[in-house]
Amino acid sequence: MVSPFDVKQLREEFPILSVSVHGKPLVYFDNGATTQKPRAVINSLVDYYSTCNANIHRGVHSLSQEASAAYEQARESVAQFIHATSAQEIVFTRGTTESINLVAHSFLSPRLRESDTVVITGMEHHSNILPWQVCCDKASAQLNVVRVRDDGTLDLDHLNVLLEQRPKMLAITHVSNTLGTINPIKAIVRIAKEYGVPVLVDGAQAVPHMRVDVCDLDCDFYVFSGHKMYGPTGIGVLYAKGNLLNEMTPYQTGGGIIKTVAFDHTEYVTGALKFEAGTPNIEGAIGLAAAIKFVTELGMEAISQHEMHLHHYARTLLKSIDGVRFIGEASDNAGVISFVVEGTHPFDVGTILDQQGVAVRTGHHCTQPLMERFNVPGTVRVSFGVYNTKEEVDVLIAALKKAIKMLK
Amino acid sequence: MNTIAASEKEIVEEFEMFDQWDDKYQYIIDMGKTLKSLDESLKTDERIIKGCQSKVWLHSYIKEGKIYFEADSDAIITKGIVALMIRVLSGHDADEIVKAPLHFIEQIGLKSHLSPTRANGLAAMVKQMKLDALALGATIKS
Repeated sequence: MVSPFDVKQLREEFPILSVSVHGKPLVYFDNGATTQKPRAVINSLVDYYSTCNANIHRGVHSLSQEASAAYEQARESVAQFIHATSAQEIVFTRGTTESINLVAHSFLSPRLRESDTVVITGMEHHSNILPWQVCCDKASAQLNVVRVRDDGTLDLDHLNVLLEQRPKMLAITHVSNTLGTINPIKAIVRIAKEYGVPVLVDGAQAVPHMRVDVCDLDCDFYVFSGHKMYGPTGIGVLYAKGNLLNEMTPYQTGGGIIKTVAFDHTEYVTGALKFEAGTPNIEGAIGLAAAIKFVTELGMEAISQHEMHLHHYARTLLKSIDGVRFIGEASDNAGVISFVVEGTHPFDVGTILDQQGVAVRTGHHCTQPLMERFNVPGTVRVSFGVYNTKEEVDVLIAALKKAIKMLK
Repeated sequence: MNTIAASEKEIVEEFEMFDQWDDKYQYIIDMGKTLKSLDESLKTDERIIKGCQSKVWLHSYIKEGKIYFEADSDAIITKGIVALMIRVLSGHDADEIVKAPLHFIEQIGLKSHLSPTRANGLAAMVKQMKLDALALGATIKS
């Protein structure tokens, strides 16, 4: 296996990778939950507080202007990263969850009437279920769920049937956090557009692994988090196409989003800032820009290629272990392997792997309906990042074999 | 029957024999396997303690003035630790159970399993054992 970049050298950029867990070298395969941070991102936060910390969009003094410029530059970086038309289409949020809540509250809720429908899919993270469920409950509207096939792909015929009812919204994940399935978003958006259905795409599990072009996808909203793509926690992105933000009312109100305030009337600013009430996560945005620079310099295609190699290698070895059953076998997969070991509980497998220094995620991965669909209490999930190596996969396989021997 | 403190001491001594993590975990796993499973009819919603990842069922009852526990889990390591708890707490006076410090869990290096953030239901189970002891103890006194 030839990696498109020098992984050994790259690992040097991640200070945390040298820690030990239970006296063993850390093998970190929980990248779907959060990724580790390269020095460039860590340093960007330290630099911000060491050199230009000030509140933004308010002061006339130099530091404030410098901080404001860095924050707005971060917005530009995000726009370029996902190929948005303008930085004014980018709202900084706390993360994917807040981005979805914002759209549910400010875009869907005012449009939703009794007997309307909203469509999500059976492989959504709870974050892309609950905000829509709340909207539907409030309006007495119907939440419809696209079926998931046995191989972990979406039943597109069923999606079609649900879209024919002209729902007020389609909210769909780009990549399943539990199964790794990459959904054919571009084709799905095209069909949704035929019925005039607005589409929100949850890109939390896609942006760290592949090139994303929101104009090409043609979706109305695209949301993701910084911390799953080597950036800081507490910063996320809402992309809203074209003029959509101007059609929406603020999700939260407060300082920084107004033109004029009187006790009987307030005039809001236009564009992205209208949705960033209060002092935003300035260092988070700057850290996210550093993370974008980091992955862009590596190259999204190179990252995809590296992770695909690891994915295939691990899958082949796992397949040869007696009792391992994959949950989700879509051919388009973004570097996630979910499995159960017959006769064992994922929690036990995860505990024994942890004792050997191997960090995986076990449980329902915030997708309880999907676990019910596959009739499992949870799975063991291995998710890859740029710094993972073939040798680490070997450690995982040996550790898993030991776990199975102990548990069975 | 041992006192709670004596059972705790006994367990700590047993665990001192293990130099390696895998021997220790194998012992817990084996205890989980040998703990009698709770009768299916007792695995009701009222007896379930839901952790985020594994579930525990706890059945508490009075026999001859003492509080007894039976329990089960869908995860074997959780069940092994459940077995330790039963060994220490079951068959004692309510007051003793409520006051039991349960330091042995820390001494045998399993404290993290009882952390509320561990999401295996164990921390909630220990709390429930003490609450049940308190409630059942009150019925004995009355």
